[in-house]
Amino acid sequence: MSKKKTIVCRCEDLTLEDVENAIHAGYTDIEELRKKLRIGMGPCQGRVCIQLVEKILEKKTGKKIPIKNLPKARPPIIPVSLGTLASDEK
Amino acid sequence: MKKKAEVVIVGGGVNGCGFAYNLAKKGVDVVVFEKNYLSSGATGSCGAGIRQQWSTHENAELAMKSVKIFEKLSEELGEDIELRQGGYLIAVHDKEELLQSEKNVEMQKSLGIPVRIISTKEITEIVPILDIKGMNAIAATFCPTDGHANPFKTTFAYANAARKYGANIFTHTTVTNIKTKNKQVSEVITDKGSIKTDFVVNAAGISSEEICDMVGIKIPTKPIRKEIMATERLQPLFEAMVISFKDGIYFSQQHESQIVGGIPIPEQKFGYKTAPTVSFLQHMSQTLTRYAPVLKHINMLRHWTGFYDVTPDARPILGETKDLKGFIHCHGFSGHGFMISPMVTKILCEYIVDGKTSEILESLSLNRFKDKKIEHEMAVVG
Repeated sequence: MSKKKTIVCRCEDLTLEDVENAIHAGYTDIEELRKKLRIGMGPCQGRVCIQLVEKILEKKTGKKIPIKNLPKARPPIIPVSLGTLASDEK
Repeated sequence: MKKKAEVVIVGGGVNGCGFAYNLAKKGVDVVVFEKNYLSSGATGSCGAGIRQQWSTHENAELAMKSVKIFEKLSEELGEDIELRQGGYLIAVHDKEELLQSEKNVEMQKSLGIPVRIISTKEITEIVPILDIKGMNAIAATFCPTDGHANPFKTTFAYANAARKYGANIFTHTTVTNIKTKNKQVSEVITDKGSIKTDFVVNAAGISSEEICDMVGIKIPTKPIRKEIMATERLQPLFEAMVISFKDGIYFSQQHESQIVGGIPIPEQKFGYKTAPTVSFLQHMSQTLTRYAPVLKHINMLRHWTGFYDVTPDARPILGETKDLKGFIHCHGFSGHGFMISPMVTKILCEYIVDGKTSEILESLSLNRFKDKKIEHEMAVVG
């Protein structure tokens, strides 16, 4: 499996190599990793990638990430247009 | 953990890490304690803006000198902080606001800030998606050297550079007590061990009150929950940050081309609750699409909360007081801690290292609240 070709985050186009490089550079907290690479900040909001990153990070550091340290879900859960949100219709 | 450090900083946001960098660069032995991860507080949830257009000259001067530092910071720290100077456009809605704006612009210009009042025609030249009628503007003020940078990357870059100069940064480490001896700080106790020191810097954001409580200092700061949102990426449409003091809205298109912005919710309360509200979603989307109707087609991806540590005059509390030697205040930023952090940490570092004080440090000291006549910062948004 080529690390350069394995996509971990499809929204931000990040490979396994990108994630591992950041971990090696010292970003060993999942939130710091997310903020450094923008993993989980695209349209999927982390639904596709965060669990993968969690596993990669745990494997690299040998430490289980406590649930309280995982990124929090941020509403709206799916992308919603500003026009729909602004509308008074229920 | 080592037994002694010259300076202990509480808080790993942009101010804590920037402070550590400035001190470590001067050869000071410095330790940072962050109870969560770096940029986990106000820094990591902020709107990323860098603005020099303030109503009080201290804020304007701190911001102006910070911009000069920001301009060279990527090079200085060796990492890209994604600075973009697209300007800040502040909408003016009526004659009364125009008078205040003229006053602000005059003061800002006297400091050397390249700001000017612009017409409604120029507003749409600078930000073509704005609807003058919808936003109800009669003019605006514009400063082209304002802008934004990436708060996470700035914090990380400061922290990485600080580490290179020998700073020790501990994350997930909570300060539980601070010991004093003869009105002088002496030791910091954490959940991972204790360390002796002569200086403690309180850069703990909304936890600053808790830190001050440990040494018996009362501060008049209150936490206010703020909400902010990000859209999907779209083609680059504008470079300026658009804000309005009257509507409380601010929004800009950032480095990756997503739009990030916020607005106070009508029923805003003091407190530490973090859940985002539906009422923000509606208020933000209605105001934003009133300002820029074309954005109604754009998807919002997420919204989140952050906290302003707000002082009675919306200005930071900086420096040392006579009550306790070695306890350095660096908090109460009231929503503009990121943009003034380069200069704030520089002058506070000079205070610790060279004992150098300044007019700004004097006027932003905690002692000012003993005086009843405080000068309030008017130019607050979000």
